Amino acid sequence: MKIFKKTIFSVLLSLFVMGNVYADKIRIGTEGAYPPWNSKNEAGKLIGFEVELAYTLCRYIGQQCVIVEQDWDGMIPALIMRKFDAIMAGMSITAERQKAISFSQGYADEVASLAVMKGSSLEGLDTSAGINLTKPNAAAKKDLKTLTAALAGKTVCVQTATIHQNFLDSGDVGKVNVRTYKTQDEVNLDLASGRCDAALAAAVAFSDYAEKSGKPVVLTGPTFSGGAFGNGVGVGIRKDDTELLKKFNAAINKARKNGDISRIATKWFGFDASM
Amino acid sequence: MDLELMINSFPKLLSAAVITLKLLSVSLIIGLFIGLFFAILRLNKNIFINSFAYGYSYVFRGTPLLVQIFIIYFGLGQIEYLRSTVLWIILKEPYWCAIIAFALNTGAYTSEILRSAFQTIKPGTIEAGKSLGISNKVIFYKIQIPIAIRQSLPAYGNEIILMMKGTSLASTVTLMDLTGVAKYIISTTFKPIEVFIVAGGIYLFMTFIIHNFIKFLEKRYYF
Repeated sequence: MKIFKKTIFSVLLSLFVMGNVYADKIRIGTEGAYPPWNSKNEAGKLIGFEVELAYTLCRYIGQQCVIVEQDWDGMIPALIMRKFDAIMAGMSITAERQKAISFSQGYADEVASLAVMKGSSLEGLDTSAGINLTKPNAAAKKDLKTLTAALAGKTVCVQTATIHQNFLDSGDVGKVNVRTYKTQDEVNLDLASGRCDAALAAAVAFSDYAEKSGKPVVLTGPTFSGGAFGNGVGVGIRKDDTELLKKFNAAINKARKNGDISRIATKWFGFDASM
Repeated sequence: MDLELMINSFPKLLSAAVITLKLLSVSLIIGLFIGLFFAILRLNKNIFINSFAYGYSYVFRGTPLLVQIFIIYFGLGQIEYLRSTVLWIILKEPYWCAIIAFALNTGAYTSEILRSAFQTIKPGTIEAGKSLGISNKVIFYKIQIPIAIRQSLPAYGNEIILMMKGTSLASTVTLMDLTGVAKYIISTTFKPIEVFIVAGGIYLFMTFIIHNFIKFLEKRYYF
């Protein structure tokens, strides 16, 4: 009985201590499956632009951080349910998400693009290089028409609960057959296998995959920004957590001024994606 | 609790439940034939045939359904040679990949359920048939199979319910079944509890129907 009591006591004590250890640390949720934003190395350690940036921001805030891994499709619910205190997971600031959570100012921005396998009929579409959907100009509208015609009846694959899915669901490119996946890795796999006629994601996600897998994945059509694609990527924070929001905004300001964000961005993206 | 969301998502989830039922019924029908076939192989005295059937049920009962779906969907999709064959017409579709995985999985369990049911038939029953001059074939079709099916009803009812819940894994290969649509709604509303409660309620209702149907059959064919 004594041993039993001792065990119970030590378990409770350790729970108490662990609880306290995490109490004054900022817990940041990330996906760990969206390179180069965030991913994992062979050893299973979280790496990427946002992981490095998170530690940098925490240094400016002056608090310790723990990075928590969370599946993408449960990211916002997990934040609301206090599994962690902030999201840094390549999450674009969109009006839809802002209904549920707040965002810090953007720290990086990066365009989205369609990708196809080399030799696809969708390769080399006759469009401009990039379009902004916030206030689409004549060229952008023409491109959307070209895309609508090209994508009619085609299967376009996206990761679930992303701006890319929102864009395809919005009907801006007509009725396409949208297929959603839990992770970007799975989107890439099915693009390569030929189950998807095209895929839509951050342009760097495809170039990263093409480089690492050696698969002939090529970008096609214009790059997208604005509108359904949101206004840059920011730190997601619970609406009632205004204190933390202020801290992150100040830290981002400092990190930007000191050139930290653009340095880390250049390291991971190969170009300066900071904002 | 967002009651409005629960009410609004109900019709969407209900129509997704139709897909779930379609996946369930198609894979159960195919699985039943597979199961019966392998159960008969299991009763064969030939050691090769017997162990082949045992190997099949061992592999499919010994690995998670999720792993089986992933191997069939993502795994087979990686084999370049396969993509150039006619098989790809079927394997290209997530729907058929899910059906294949579900049917093979439930087939393995069904074969075990039926095998044990065949083995519970008392030798006296078969001997009685023989003494009446009935041929072995007729004994098998008219006596052994009906008794085996009746004997396996309770266990098979469980298998149907397990399989019904198993179909939720179809959402992992992009199918918009009940779970898939629930996840989709959550991805735009960020309210998992409300939506999963409604989805769970629909699953529970389907279980209720299946359970009572099996119970009815058990009473109807009581002996």
